[in-house]
Amino acid sequence: MEKQQIGKHISHKFNEEIEDIRNQFLIMGGLVEQQLADAVEALVTGNLELAEKVIQSDTDVNNLEHDIDESCLLIIAKRQPAAFDLRLLIAISKAITELERVGDQAKRIADMAIKLEEFNKGYTDFHELKHLLELVRSILNGALDSFARLDVESAVDVVLRDKDVDEEYISIFRQLTLSMMEDSRNIKRTLNIMNAIRSLERISDHAGNVCDYVIYAVQGLDVRHIPDDKVKAAVLGHSA
Amino acid sequence: MSSEPVRTHAIDMSAIAQKNQSNKGKNETSIQIQDLNLFYGEKQALHGINMEIPKKQVTAYIGPSGCGKSTLLRCINRMNDLVDIARIEGKISIEGKDIYQPGVDVAELRRHVGMVFQKPNPFPKSIYENVAYGLRIQGINDRRILDEVVEKSLRGAAIWDEVKDRLQDNALGISGGQQQRLVIARAIAIEPTILLLDEPSSALDPISSLKIEELINELKETYTIVIVTHNMQQAARVSDYTAFMYMGDLIEFGDTNTIFTNPEKKQTEDYITGRYG
Repeated sequence: MEKQQIGKHISHKFNEEIEDIRNQFLIMGGLVEQQLADAVEALVTGNLELAEKVIQSDTDVNNLEHDIDESCLLIIAKRQPAAFDLRLLIAISKAITELERVGDQAKRIADMAIKLEEFNKGYTDFHELKHLLELVRSILNGALDSFARLDVESAVDVVLRDKDVDEEYISIFRQLTLSMMEDSRNIKRTLNIMNAIRSLERISDHAGNVCDYVIYAVQGLDVRHIPDDKVKAAVLGHSA
Repeated sequence: MSSEPVRTHAIDMSAIAQKNQSNKGKNETSIQIQDLNLFYGEKQALHGINMEIPKKQVTAYIGPSGCGKSTLLRCINRMNDLVDIARIEGKISIEGKDIYQPGVDVAELRRHVGMVFQKPNPFPKSIYENVAYGLRIQGINDRRILDEVVEKSLRGAAIWDEVKDRLQDNALGISGGQQQRLVIARAIAIEPTILLLDEPSSALDPISSLKIEELINELKETYTIVIVTHNMQQAARVSDYTAFMYMGDLIEFGDTNTIFTNPEKKQTEDYITGRYG
């Protein structure tokens, strides 16, 4: 089932309803992407205004989650969708939970930025974090993109890239541990950064779950409990 | 690949299906259709249909008007014999016996393969006589036997409680939904093995429809049921297997759960999701 199939219902209203939900989903995705970017920016630059903005926008994300679920429920109740339509709605309803959690993690990073600012003004040495951030941002972006295009191939790619994040996470974790061992005055600050990188790592996991739902919507294949490195083979085996 | 089989549903439907199967014992074939072609004069209405309809399960035929689903259903008890211009090639076997062999007693065949139509068609007789009719024409007139069979059949069709106090009333005086269940009672009174239902609830209100669906679910304990329906959600709810037909071809036939969540063919997908192909 390709993306262009969405608009091919005999009922135009149904087309519009599904298209609306997809658009809302993408708006929600854009919002959490922005939250993530702002949160990390706040952490790196100590921009507290930005951190506040992230915390404030969490309400918008929550409201969208609520609205989208409501719309999915109404379509299921009124139109009894089947096959691809049904899988898409279920996938969206589940994927927005992942997006909402991405928003929560961004909010945690923003909280961290506020705390770090309090006792460590002007500290800007976040090189490793920046690299991890870029990785996670591109993964989140890739996940949203694969959802927008309902592209299984790119969804699988994104799932595979989670491995890079895990490696990066472990490497930063080691560095931070060393830094705490070298000077105990670093401990409080370092623990906060550790929380931030853990949040980033979780965001990458949530993005991977969004990709699982893309695969489910398009192929009807449930890969949630298949190890990442075996997803590709499962997808290929299924479409063969 | 992982050692566990890849699931195609969030809920493991196949495990549930298997559980249902094991409650029923073996999954035998009741009706076997092989290379069936049907012509109305020059026009071919069915093209090389092959399918095996399992015993004591509900099989639904879905598809747009004129796709051949009712025609196919009517082949199973040779109702098409009544259409002069209809000609059949191929084979249909019930319990291994070819029903189109010369020498097959069609009346006997239809005793085994009961049929219920879109519009309830009770005889203009009493409720009691409607159900007893099949036995009477077999020459059974013993009041005790008739009483017993009438009650059993009306109970079987989930209408006994509604009509037990007015068995001698004219059957045309009860509601459409009740008439349809009465007709089903009449069909099961002669203990067929197969029930063919041709849009049994399309003339009924939604609540009566649900009662028919509930009844179908109970009847499949005893009978092999083949149902033609225009209501896809009904097919999804009542059937174990679904066949999608289009322009006289059998496009896809499979487990209902799969057909409605992840059909193989694009034509099936387009039809059940309401798309124009």
